[in-house]
Amino acid sequence: MPVILATDLIVYFLVAMIVYFIIGAGKEGTVKTAWSELRKNRLAMVSMVFLAVYVMTAVMDCVRWRDPVLMTSGEASRSTDGGVIYSPQALSLLDRAASKMRLNAEKTYSAPFSDHLFTKEPVELPDGRVVRDYPKLKFPGTHWLGTDKVGNDVFFIALKGVRTGIVIGAGTTIIIIPFAIFFGVVAGFHGGFIDDIVQYVYTTLSSIPGVLLIVAFMLLFGNSGYQGGLLSQKEVFLRIFVPNDRLFWLCLILGITSWTDLCRLIRGETLKLRELEYVQASKAFGVSSPGIIYRHIVPNLMHLVLITFVLQFSGLVLAEAVLSYIGIGVGPEMGSWGNMINTARLELSREPVVWWNLFGSFLFMFALVLPANIFGDAVRDALDPRLRYR
Amino acid sequence: MSTPVIQVKDLKTYFQTPKGVAKAVDGVSFEIPKGGTFALVGESGCGKSVTALSLIQLVPEPAGYIAGGEILLNGRDIAGLTEREKRAIRGNKISMIFQEPMTSLNPVFTIGDQIMETIRLHQRKTSAEARTLAMEMFGKVGLPNPESLINEYPHRLSGGMRQRVMIAIALSCKPDLLIADEPTTALDVTIQDQIIELIREVKESTGTAILLITHNLALVYRNAGTVGVMYAGKIVELTATKNLFRNPMHPYTVKLLRSIPGGEKRGKALDTISGTVPPATSYPAGCHFSGRCPREMEGCASVYPELTERAAGHTVACHLHDPEFMAGGNSKPLRHEPDALPPLTAPYAEREVLLDVRALKTHYPVRKGLFKKITGFVKAVDGIDLTVRKGATLALVGESGCGKTTAGKSIIQLIRPTAGEILFKGSDLARMDERTIKPFRSLIQIIFQDPYSSLNPRLMIKDTIEEGIKVLKPGLGKAERERKITEVLDRVGLTPDMMYRYPHEFSGGQRQRIGIARALAVDPEFIVCDEAVSALDVSVQAQILNLLKSIQRDFGLSFLFITHDLSVVEYIADEVAVMYDGKIVERNSTVEIFSNPVHDYTKKLLAAIPKIDEELVKLWKLPGK
Repeated sequence: MPVILATDLIVYFLVAMIVYFIIGAGKEGTVKTAWSELRKNRLAMVSMVFLAVYVMTAVMDCVRWRDPVLMTSGEASRSTDGGVIYSPQALSLLDRAASKMRLNAEKTYSAPFSDHLFTKEPVELPDGRVVRDYPKLKFPGTHWLGTDKVGNDVFFIALKGVRTGIVIGAGTTIIIIPFAIFFGVVAGFHGGFIDDIVQYVYTTLSSIPGVLLIVAFMLLFGNSGYQGGLLSQKEVFLRIFVPNDRLFWLCLILGITSWTDLCRLIRGETLKLRELEYVQASKAFGVSSPGIIYRHIVPNLMHLVLITFVLQFSGLVLAEAVLSYIGIGVGPEMGSWGNMINTARLELSREPVVWWNLFGSFLFMFALVLPANIFGDAVRDALDPRLRYR
Repeated sequence: MSTPVIQVKDLKTYFQTPKGVAKAVDGVSFEIPKGGTFALVGESGCGKSVTALSLIQLVPEPAGYIAGGEILLNGRDIAGLTEREKRAIRGNKISMIFQEPMTSLNPVFTIGDQIMETIRLHQRKTSAEARTLAMEMFGKVGLPNPESLINEYPHRLSGGMRQRVMIAIALSCKPDLLIADEPTTALDVTIQDQIIELIREVKESTGTAILLITHNLALVYRNAGTVGVMYAGKIVELTATKNLFRNPMHPYTVKLLRSIPGGEKRGKALDTISGTVPPATSYPAGCHFSGRCPREMEGCASVYPELTERAAGHTVACHLHDPEFMAGGNSKPLRHEPDALPPLTAPYAEREVLLDVRALKTHYPVRKGLFKKITGFVKAVDGIDLTVRKGATLALVGESGCGKTTAGKSIIQLIRPTAGEILFKGSDLARMDERTIKPFRSLIQIIFQDPYSSLNPRLMIKDTIEEGIKVLKPGLGKAERERKITEVLDRVGLTPDMMYRYPHEFSGGQRQRIGIARALAVDPEFIVCDEAVSALDVSVQAQILNLLKSIQRDFGLSFLFITHDLSVVEYIADEVAVMYDGKIVERNSTVEIFSNPVHDYTKKLLAAIPKIDEELVKLWKLPGK
């Protein structure tokens, strides 16, 4: 029994975009020239491999289904009306592929690659004496990033955080970019009354403290949503599609609060571009406003969009951490880097320090944000004809 | 004889680029005596500005470096000094004024602060003393009310006043050398005149030596004692200004001089130099001008002509003046352009009125307050009448801010005029909406000033030109459109294969040609040229003017030529309208206006043009047989 969350759609959309560009790269046109330019950049290619691994992980974590509840005989148990009873837990492809990591839990903290627990406990020796020592692990040497307080594998939790990170980054951006480009360009290009309205809207939005707005919004919509982990009675009833997903609301509100910066930038750039002589020349040909916007304005804005996207991407992943910290981020059952950082707060004040939760989230975020930055820059350069033929 | 203020000996300034070493300045020597003016002239990209930056030790490091030679300031080599010692010289012993007065002052400090900063940096003075000196300097450069002006911010000053402030700052420490890098290029004609006059006065009263860098040869003629003509990193001719204008010896100098437009050349083509300055990374082994020279000989590309004195006080680097070379076997001419220039006149038979502008007004509302209430109007264009005849050129001249560009844009309906009639072939464009005006869009076109912002950097040339055809001639198929693009590119002197390139791959002159091709592609009858040649080098300007004249002749086009450059007007226009503060103050035929100006403003404008004596123009002949 498959289960689709609202946020899965964001990842599917992202994949669809990637496929669209791959098809585009095969045909003549801007995408093809940009791609052939991009291919020359070795650093960008390495970054792309990193990004591809992340996206694949996220996709694997978005394909999930519920297994039937089995009886001891091995048959699926059925309800009185004969329907198969499914477990309230939906396991993703990733969960299943990494089931060893997921299930091989220890008792509590253990350091990376360690063969014993992090804390001393009374251990009974073969001769019957009881001493305080570090007990041996059940699965020594298998936890690459150690285990957390309840013994779960940190590497696996970080891996689960990939989907959350990608969804927050991509989902929010998908909301931001069309809004910002549309309103920014329209306001900048047409000016006058439309400009006044757009400016009024974004000034109002950005004058409300962001966190306040997000908290209010999440408490209103996000609290009842699916938080990861077991599906509730209500969600089981919905069977396949779960629209009320807390992460989805988070993307939405982050998108609503952060499109204004890009919009402001785009409006300013459009104001400059519309006075440029090639736009005037186009007007002298009687080209329609949408035509001018499509051909002359938007392509010359793309560098701004790309830079903002890349910078905001890392900001958004961090925002998720902040929001988890104040308790309105994703649920504790849904692995996320924000939650990991949040837990690390207390762990860092222990003596000796438990550092691997923070390190794990840092490593995973770093390996996503840095390649995203490099790749974004490379894409911007590849789209700019002035930088070609060097 | 005392030591010259500055002596440059075999200066070499190179830049490390991905394509190799760019020899921007490649062995330049000159000296300027106390109170002398030395002018460096040449096309852009010849190394003039880099020479200046080398003197003031501001070559952008680490890409650029001084690779050799000496710069002696009062006999002391300043090339090897430490950064600290160099700072003591900059602004103190050597100071510089720049081309763009709008950006060379910091907008967040008062002009008083900015001049006092320089004064106190180099002189031991209390702030009160510095203030007194600052006011004294402001008085010296002719700024009114120094006491109140000292507290003003730069944005409150006009371009001319800012340039005066720059000069005051530059002179505040009584420098030995003042470098003026295109000091008047960005200014209006009447202001240019005042600034040049000011520089001259300063020189005479203080004895400061001046290095004048410009591409305006008339300015050089009026102001410099000695001239060095620079080409591709080298000085190719060096002599007293009198000598240079009376007897230019290097073919490059002759070509440069003959490309200046002016009244005496009306009806003739302007002389042009084919091609462009070679990139500094790949000069020819021999004479750098080989390949473009109208009198090139067999050995020119391989043997370098040394700069040698060929007449009294007249050094030139050209084999044509070397008897030894001319006697050798390498002197067979490769090409020999005729001295006389072909006539280039548009037929003037049809004189019917094409465009009649009556009482055109374009006012911009000034809005204030929360509800954007209109509190007044800026009367950019305030009731002008113009008539453009078929196949003729009307020049609209005036200083910046007089409303001439707004007038041009209002006529082709890029800006909606407030009132008035624009009768094009009898139909009033001002009363049409976007739909009814469409058939007229192809008949009226515009060419812009800035070749860098007039083309979308992200579109191929083909797409840029095609845009207009697609909209205005929807009947044409893909193949027909392509044929049309090939045709217009060919017409403006570009090759069809260039249509698959992007704008950044072209030089300024080529981009301007593309702009012309874009306008031509829709078969216009009337073109507004908005400062179309103002941003170009004099040699490129000549090419574009020739091109405009020849397309006018071939297609019977009418031009409205908006410009502030009166020598161009005198050369190209049939009629002139002088605009001042939104109004036309004088309208007449070009010959009448130039010989017999009536309005005071016109007289002032004409008096301000730096001119070269007409008799000299006849002396400019290419050297050789």
